[in-house]
Amino acid sequence: MFERMMNSKLMQGKALPVLIIVGAILAFWYVMAVQLNAPWQLGVYERAGVTEWTNSQFISDTLNQDRPVLPSVHQVAAEIWNTTVLKSPTSRRSLIYHTWITLSATLLGFTIGSILGIALAIGIVHSRAMDKSMMPWIIASQTIPILAIAPMIIVVLNAIGISGVLPKALISTYLSFFPVAVGMVKGFRSPEQIQLDLMHTYAASKTQVFMKLRWFAAMPYLFTSMKIAISISLVGAIVGELPTGAVAGLGARLLSGSYYGQTVQIWSALIMAAALAATLVSLVGIAEKIVTRKMGVRT
Amino acid sequence: MTNSPVISAKKLSLTFPANDGPVHALSEVDLDINEGEFVSFIGPSGCGKTTFLRVVADLETPTGGEITVNGKTPHEARMNRDYGYVFQAPALLPWRTVERNVALPLEIMGMGKAERAEHIRRTLELVNLSGFEKSFPWQLSGGMQQRASIARALAFDADLLLMDEPFGALDEIVRDHLNEQLLKLWLETKKTIAFVTHSIPEAVYLSTRIVVMSPRPGRVIDVIESTLPDERPLDIRETKEFFDIAHRVREGLKAGHSYEE
Ligand SMILES: Nc1ncnc2c1ncn2[C@@H]1O[C@H](COP(=O)(O)OP(=O)(O)OP(=O)(O)O)[C@@H](O)[C@H]1O
Ligand SMILES: [Mg+2]
Repeated sequence: MFERMMNSKLMQGKALPVLIIVGAILAFWYVMAVQLNAPWQLGVYERAGVTEWTNSQFISDTLNQDRPVLPSVHQVAAEIWNTTVLKSPTSRRSLIYHTWITLSATLLGFTIGSILGIALAIGIVHSRAMDKSMMPWIIASQTIPILAIAPMIIVVLNAIGISGVLPKALISTYLSFFPVAVGMVKGFRSPEQIQLDLMHTYAASKTQVFMKLRWFAAMPYLFTSMKIAISISLVGAIVGELPTGAVAGLGARLLSGSYYGQTVQIWSALIMAAALAATLVSLVGIAEKIVTRKMGVRT
Repeated sequence: MTNSPVISAKKLSLTFPANDGPVHALSEVDLDINEGEFVSFIGPSGCGKTTFLRVVADLETPTGGEITVNGKTPHEARMNRDYGYVFQAPALLPWRTVERNVALPLEIMGMGKAERAEHIRRTLELVNLSGFEKSFPWQLSGGMQQRASIARALAFDADLLLMDEPFGALDEIVRDHLNEQLLKLWLETKKTIAFVTHSIPEAVYLSTRIVVMSPRPGRVIDVIESTLPDERPLDIRETKEFFDIAHRVREGLKAGHSYEE
C-alpha cells in the first residue's frame, strides 16, 4: 500500500521536489544549529581548557549539546522516539500521553465550535435580525487576542468548579466557531437564484429549502472551514494549557521545557503538534473526499 | 370551471424600478389561455416573455392589472402546485442523480416512496430517459439534462406547464427531436402549455396559438391562431400552410420592430 503510494507519487513527479525541499530544510536546520550553538560550545571548551579541536569535532559537539539553543534534528528525533515508542502511553513521560490530552480538548472544542458555527450560520441566513445583530459580535469576538482571554476563561471556569478538558475545549471552541460560521453563511447563501426559484415553484418550506438545497450547496464551504477550524482548535487547546501551568498536554510540555531550558523537549512537542495538525487537517480532507464522492461530484 | 381559461390576464402590467428610469416589462397585457392549448410566446429580447411566465408562476408580482391561474391568484396556484416550470437552464441539483432530481418535487410534496418510484419511472419514460436513472447531471448531454428537467416538471402531474426557452441552448438537431417529443407528450397528456421561444419555426411547429410580443414597453402585438392539425409530423414544416403562418409571425415581429424606431 505504502509502496504503491510512493510509486504513484514518483510517477507523477511529485516525490522528487518534495524530497529536495525536505532535504534543503534539514540542511538549513543543521547549519543554523551549528551557528546558534557555537558560542556556548566555545565557552565550554574555554572552561575545560581545550584549545585544540578539529572542525568535525566542533560540529559534532555543537550538534549534541544537552541544552542547545537550537537542538539538531537527530536529537529531536531521538527524543520523540524515546518518549513515544519506548514509553508506555499512560506514563506522564510519554509524548503520546500528552498528545492525547491536547487532542481530546482539540476534538471536543472543534466539535462544539463546528456545531455552534453551523447553528449561528443557520440563524443568520434565515433571519435578517440575526444577520444584523450577530455578525458584528462574531467578528468582534475574533479581534480579542486569545492569549488575553484564555487565562480568564480557565480561571473563571475553575472558580465555578469546571476543570479538566472542558475549559481548554472552550478556548478551542472560541477560535473554531468563527471560520465555520463565516464559511457556512457563505455556503448556505451559495445556491443559485434559479435553484431557489425552482424550490419556490414547488412551494417548498424554508426547512425543505435548507435540507434539500442549502445544506448540500454548502458542503464545499463546510470542509474548507472545518480544515481551518480544526487546526486553530489545536492552537486553542495548546494555548489553554499555557497560562495555568497545566501539568499535562503539549502546551504543558512546551511550558515545562522552557522553565527548565529543555529545548529538545520543546522542539519535540512542537514537532508533535505540527504532525498532529497535519494529521487532523488531512483527516478532514479524507472526510471531504468521501462525502464529495457520495455526492457524485465529478472527479 | 372547464370552460374558464387556465390563465387569464387583464391589463396585466409589471414595471421594474431601475436606476436609469423604470422598465416597463409588461404593459397592459390581455390574454386568455384555455385548457389544452399550446401557446408560444415569441418576440425580441426584453419584450417580457420571461416576465409573463414568472408572473404566472408567482415568481414576480405584477404592478397593475389582474391575473388568475386556474381561477386563483398565482400565489394560491403555486401553493396548490398547479403548474410545472421548466427554466431556460436545466437547473438540476448536481449532487442528485437523474431519478433523485425528478424525485425532488415529489419529496417536497410529501409523496410516499413507492408512489414516487412509479412517477419517476413513468416520467423518465415519457422523456426517453429510461436507463439513465442513476446518472449524475454532468454525465448527461445538454439535451438529456433539459429532458431530465422537463421530466421533473412533469413528475407531479400538474396540468399546466410553463416552459421558458427550454431548448434555447441546444443545437438544431437535438431541438427538432425534442420538439417532436414535446408535441407527442402534449397530445398524450392534453396539458396546457405556455412556451417561450426565439425561434419562429419552433413556435409554428408546436403551437395552437402564437403570441407575438414587442419590447419597450413589453406588450402583445398579435395573437395568431394556428390552422395546423394537432398531429404534426416533422415534415409539416415544408408545407405552404406552415410557411403562411410563419410569414404572419414574421410580419408581426417586423411591425413591433418598426413601432420602436
Ligand atoms: N428583476 C428585474 N429587475 C429589473 N428589470 C428586469 C428584471 N427582470 C427583467 N427585467 C427587465 O424587464 C424586461 C423584460 O425582461 P424579460 O426577461 O421578461 O424579457 P424576455 O422577453 O424574456 O427576453 P429574452 O428573450 O432575452 O429572455 C427587460 O428589459 C429586462 O431588462
Ligand atoms: Mg427570457
